[in-house]
Amino acid sequence: MLPELGQFALILALLLAGVQCAVPIFGAWRGQATLIALARPAVAGQAVFVVLAFGLLTYAFVTQDFSVAYVAQNSNLALPWYYRFSAVWGAHEGSLLLWVLILNVWSVAVAAFSRRLPDALMARVLGVLGFISFGFLLFTILTSNPFLRHIPALADGNDLNPILQDPGLIMHPPMLYTGYVGFSVAFAFAIAALLGGELDVAWVRWARPWTNVAWAFLTLGISLGSWWAYYVLGWGGWWFWDPVENASFMPWLVGTALIHSQAVTEKRGSLRAWTLMLSIIAFSLSLLGTFLVRSGVLTSVHAFASDPKRGQFILGFLGTVVGGSLLIYAVRAPRVAGGKPFKLLSRETLLLINNLMFTTAAAMVLLGTLYPIVGEMLDAGRISVGPPYFGFMFVLLMLPVVCLLPFGPFFRWAGADWRAAIGALKPALILAVVAAVAAKFIAPDTSLRGLAGVAASLWVGTGIALYALKRWREAPRGGRYTPEMLGMILAHFGVALFLAGVLITEATSVESDLRFAPNETKSVGGLDFKFRGVQRAQGPNYVADEGTIEVSRNDELIATLHPQKRQYAGGGQIQTKSDIDPGLTRDLYVALGEPLDEAKQGNGAWAVRVYVKPFVRWIWLGGLFMMFGGFTAAADRRFRSLPARDDATAPATPAAPPAQPAQASA
Amino acid sequence: MIGRLIPLAVFLALVGLLLFGIEWNKHHEMSEVPSPLVGKPAPEFTLPLLYDSTKSIARRDLLGKPYLINVFGSWCPTCQFEHPILTAQIKPLGIKLIGLDWKDQPDDAKRWLAQFGNPYDAVITDQDGHAGIDFGVYMAPESFLVDAQGMIRYKRIGMFTPETIKNELLPKIAELSKPAAVSP
Repeated sequence: MLPELGQFALILALLLAGVQCAVPIFGAWRGQATLIALARPAVAGQAVFVVLAFGLLTYAFVTQDFSVAYVAQNSNLALPWYYRFSAVWGAHEGSLLLWVLILNVWSVAVAAFSRRLPDALMARVLGVLGFISFGFLLFTILTSNPFLRHIPALADGNDLNPILQDPGLIMHPPMLYTGYVGFSVAFAFAIAALLGGELDVAWVRWARPWTNVAWAFLTLGISLGSWWAYYVLGWGGWWFWDPVENASFMPWLVGTALIHSQAVTEKRGSLRAWTLMLSIIAFSLSLLGTFLVRSGVLTSVHAFASDPKRGQFILGFLGTVVGGSLLIYAVRAPRVAGGKPFKLLSRETLLLINNLMFTTAAAMVLLGTLYPIVGEMLDAGRISVGPPYFGFMFVLLMLPVVCLLPFGPFFRWAGADWRAAIGALKPALILAVVAAVAAKFIAPDTSLRGLAGVAASLWVGTGIALYALKRWREAPRGGRYTPEMLGMILAHFGVALFLAGVLITEATSVESDLRFAPNETKSVGGLDFKFRGVQRAQGPNYVADEGTIEVSRNDELIATLHPQKRQYAGGGQIQTKSDIDPGLTRDLYVALGEPLDEAKQGNGAWAVRVYVKPFVRWIWLGGLFMMFGGFTAAADRRFRSLPARDDATAPATPAAPPAQPAQASA
Repeated sequence: MIGRLIPLAVFLALVGLLLFGIEWNKHHEMSEVPSPLVGKPAPEFTLPLLYDSTKSIARRDLLGKPYLINVFGSWCPTCQFEHPILTAQIKPLGIKLIGLDWKDQPDDAKRWLAQFGNPYDAVITDQDGHAGIDFGVYMAPESFLVDAQGMIRYKRIGMFTPETIKNELLPKIAELSKPAAVSP
């Protein structure tokens, strides 16, 4: 009974999404206030039914209702209660429902927090969001109904994919989707502005906090995914350029370009068409990612069970949404470049370079990801380009970004004095060079990459710190750092941490595969690893071989690690579960290999893989700083407290708000 | 106006490509006849052994007995999912299992095999991916069933699952041994 109720709730939500799309947009076109006023109630109503449907599916998982086919496929009686919640989004149908749920959360948030905005604009924004929701609900109901019954009910279910039974995977998809789907808000604002012909820059100011928050969530989601890959896939890598990773990375790259170009458009009025275009592309890439993951066009670890019907539906929807919005763009985008003029050497130019590099990087990733299909089309056979292509191209494209980043805050809008900027940044440059040379002397075998990592991260980190210091000295007390500026400083500092993490880890990690007899001690990277043998361990729904390894330095115990090899009750796959002793400056990472002798009873020798990975945690620490930067910038009251209608009457010349000096952040 | 239509045109080209991708997938069930090489002789190769790069295995060395080439790489997460299935379900079949370590660093591959176990009877390396191109490998993992005469009889793109082993690989292996079972 309850699952049918869930399906019914989905259908009602679909109808309300239709109302939310059609009525307010029509009302805004005809200027009818009663129709416009329908937008918010429709959003609320739709959200109620989507939450109801999601709740009922969760309830089916928690109560182990194996008469629901989706529940039976993705859980079983032995599954611990906490994984029953995350099993809801463990496969295609439920994760699609999560997608819709998150879209509804965003819609409700936009409806609730944008009461100051002009009614017609809001009607269009919510209408566009309604259209997207309509498409996805229709997709769910027609091709991917999570409430389908399996009659007769099964006594026990299959299992949640063991690789998904992990704390990191409880949080990763919701965060990632929140970011992914959040770009729909910037998209909706852009389309609403195009539809309404309100091509002044007011909409950009209102869209900015939403874009920043979405970007911050996406940053967190990608970082979590990378961290998960690091400790679950069990052998120390943190990024694989897998098609599905790429699918989330492309919107991030364009989103990064977007938050920078929005800053230019909002403050200076320039790059208006470009900001519109990036708003459309960022969300289009989110949709494209959804298509790639769910259509089976590309194979990948994460790929959901594929079905050509699903692929066709999403492609049709993608074509309608993106094709339609690009058509609207072609017809209505501003013809004349607006905004204040700027010189070649100016902050605008730097941000334009940032934009070009990030969009080119996204295009590069897109091309690499779709290459197998291109190859097939040219009848050359499926060719995949693999990590070497991505790695090389990405570093190449990001090199100018890293070199120019510290100049950003020091360059003024409209026209900058490059000599002053270089003068101000001289300490950072000197520090970076000296540290790289010193590193070469202290550790002569450090590779070029390691030295570049030290230099690049100090250059960016010190450069940003110098800017923070300059504001501290020069700006009046109380007005030193606006949240927007603080967000910029945090995020760019995150870039420095990330660079340090990536390049130092790659250059200095120690990796060993060792044969350990029980109670044998071996030394790796200046630490002693003592193998205490392997025991049987029993988990809630698995049995495991669990090794015990004591790590010590100069006879002082610093960690005891318990790597496992797990055999889950539901299926025959063995999962390697590494154990990590995390640390700010180094991770100890131990994974259990194979038993090497006949004796498997706990006293034989085992192959054990030991890593010492300096600074690896800084990769995700950098991601967290970037995320905090995004949230902090979004919290700037300037975006919210401004009387909206003043801007609408003064196109292209946003009045400089009092707390915002010319040296505003990017 | 024309200039503003360029993004739309690019996008439409992309949709065309993706539509082609879907159509291609429909007509080339990944599980059925995905490769023009099926039914043709396996391409010539001579590749060094992973554990002794001074020695190598060539196509002609393998003639006379059927074998299964499994393309893998230590960089490939899906291979790691496939690995326990290879060990538990394909190795016991008794067919000669050749690992083709594709676009990979030999040291990484050795570590990978040391950690997860080595189910292969022999591992050959294709570091620059040239043999992969000859075989039409599009992504790892991929597997080729080659008969005693050196003809490719079956190709699997993507990982083996218990279902694909039961429904595809086992029947194909059974077909291989039919003539062999009759001839003596």
